Amino acid sequence: MSSLGPLSAEAILAEPAVSAGGAVPEGGEAYHSGSAWRMIAAVFLENRLAIVGLGMIIFVTLFSFVGPFIYRTQQVFDNPNIANHAPSLAHPLGTDALGYDVLGRIMLGGQSSLEIGFAAALIAIGIGVVWGAASGLAGGIIDTVMMRIVDAMLAIPFLFALIVLGAIFTTSILELIIVIGLVAWLVPARLVRGETLSLRVREYVQAVRVMGGGSRRVLFRHIIPNTVGTIVVNATFQVADAIIAVATLSYLGLGVSAPATNWGGELNLGLNYIFSGYWWTIYPAGLAIVLTVVAFNFVGDAMRDALEVRLQRR
Amino acid sequence: MIGYLIRRVGQALIVLVGVTIITFILLHLLPGSPVRAILGIRASPQAVAQLTKQFGFDQPLWVQYGVWVSHLVQLNLGYSYKQNETVMTLLAQRIPKTLFLVGTSLVVAVLLAVPLGILQAVRRNRPDDYVMTGFSFIFYSMPTFWLGLLLIIFFSGDLGWFPSAAPQDQTSLFSQLNGMVLPVATLSLVTLALFSRYMRSSMLEQSIQDYVRTARAKGVSNRAVLFRHILRNALIPVITLIGLSLGGILSGAVVTESVFNYPGMGLAFYQAAQADDFPVLLGVVVVVALATVIGNLVADILYAVVDPRIRYS
Repeated sequence: MSSLGPLSAEAILAEPAVSAGGAVPEGGEAYHSGSAWRMIAAVFLENRLAIVGLGMIIFVTLFSFVGPFIYRTQQVFDNPNIANHAPSLAHPLGTDALGYDVLGRIMLGGQSSLEIGFAAALIAIGIGVVWGAASGLAGGIIDTVMMRIVDAMLAIPFLFALIVLGAIFTTSILELIIVIGLVAWLVPARLVRGETLSLRVREYVQAVRVMGGGSRRVLFRHIIPNTVGTIVVNATFQVADAIIAVATLSYLGLGVSAPATNWGGELNLGLNYIFSGYWWTIYPAGLAIVLTVVAFNFVGDAMRDALEVRLQRR
Repeated sequence: MIGYLIRRVGQALIVLVGVTIITFILLHLLPGSPVRAILGIRASPQAVAQLTKQFGFDQPLWVQYGVWVSHLVQLNLGYSYKQNETVMTLLAQRIPKTLFLVGTSLVVAVLLAVPLGILQAVRRNRPDDYVMTGFSFIFYSMPTFWLGLLLIIFFSGDLGWFPSAAPQDQTSLFSQLNGMVLPVATLSLVTLALFSRYMRSSMLEQSIQDYVRTARAKGVSNRAVLFRHILRNALIPVITLIGLSLGGILSGAVVTESVFNYPGMGLAFYQAAQADDFPVLLGVVVVVALATVIGNLVADILYAVVDPRIRYS
């Protein structure tokens, strides 16, 4: 079949070759053979958007996890007496509909948004890589069956699958992570399977086989390590997608409930008052989501450029 | 071509069978039994037993699956006890509205994305390209519901130009077109961001091909190279992209419809999720999966028609 089976949006974003950013070396600047990683790092660092993205990710992580130690707020009990107060010295970003301090709330929401994003991406990548590599390595009827299962599951769009699963399972943070991970593994499975097909016929894989290496050894020691570029790039996009997915589920009322929170839940709370002019309940949380997701997309894009072999012939 | 068609359609059919199995599994993942969902938690054991028998839930799973699929083939998607009508009746009212929303947004997105992508590719790595790339990144990274609400705050709250809710019934859909502006804008902006980025890189990919160099060497003008050679080839993958992104756009429609209270299939799906109305939820999943599979199929076939190399790979 063509390589163009059903894909989700993030796979489609994996655009063909030439991509954003990166000034071409002025000439005379050749990359020394050195380690492959150094070359990847060089291409990555050349891309200004990637640096900006990486900086933003570090900032958001510090803000969410270290921030609460510097800016201490009470985030356990709601306080209706001070609900929806405008920004003041006591509350630099005001208070939300439940009376929580918004700045502190966004730090707390950032923790769970990032945790869910990373954990779900990890689960998705874990399942997807093993499934895809095993399928590609096995070949034949097993490969066909395994990939048709992926195709069938991919036919149900991401959000629809999430909403149905979200309605079936009650939602704690752990369950949100599992649900997102269980839906999101399909794309990495397809990507890794495709790469495995070209890797399994390489000489070094044949050599391992001749020397008596079993399938498991080939899979975990030779195939999977060689797909690491694809995996890292996809993982970056997965985090971005998971953060949006959590926010959307929270907006649709299928997220975690107070006092736990995430950026989407905080936004959802503010949206009940959109015509009341309580801007501080709508913009900070929304901007936090957009900035973080943009940052991960920048980094993912740059890493794809850095790892894309075709682009290194400059 | 015929061989390719048969293979590709066969594949799509297998995927559809897979979808029905997955949906059936989901049906049985439901907490408690579907009977409890209908009768409520305090139903007597006798009533539960009777309804279980009546619905055939005491049969082996594969028999139940067979019955369910045979209903499906007859377009019987089950009965919504929450809405007190068949799922098919409900969807028959809702699907045309979603098609209208999605179709309009898709047309708007493509009409804007193609010129934007061309412009970005031509102006590559100049400030205006960076600005456009930046904006498409931002729109792509924005949760759809937040974008919709920002548009509401700005255009219906502050400026008062457009209503914040979509037209509610079939007749007003066309008579109150200004109510459609914000929903269509929301859905097309998100889609546009994806399409224009793809269009840009597709243009760049084509511009380094050998045939472009040959054309230039022959003395073809820049303009002719751009429109006659690069653009025509760059558009091919975009055809596929439209088919492939159907699932994503339908997901966007769920969010857009719930933000603007637009009475389409997406809103029905969202309300069903809130009300634990599983027959509707699963009915929509089957319909959407069918649409996605057909979208992919049509995209692949069109691709093979436009680019003959595909058929032989």
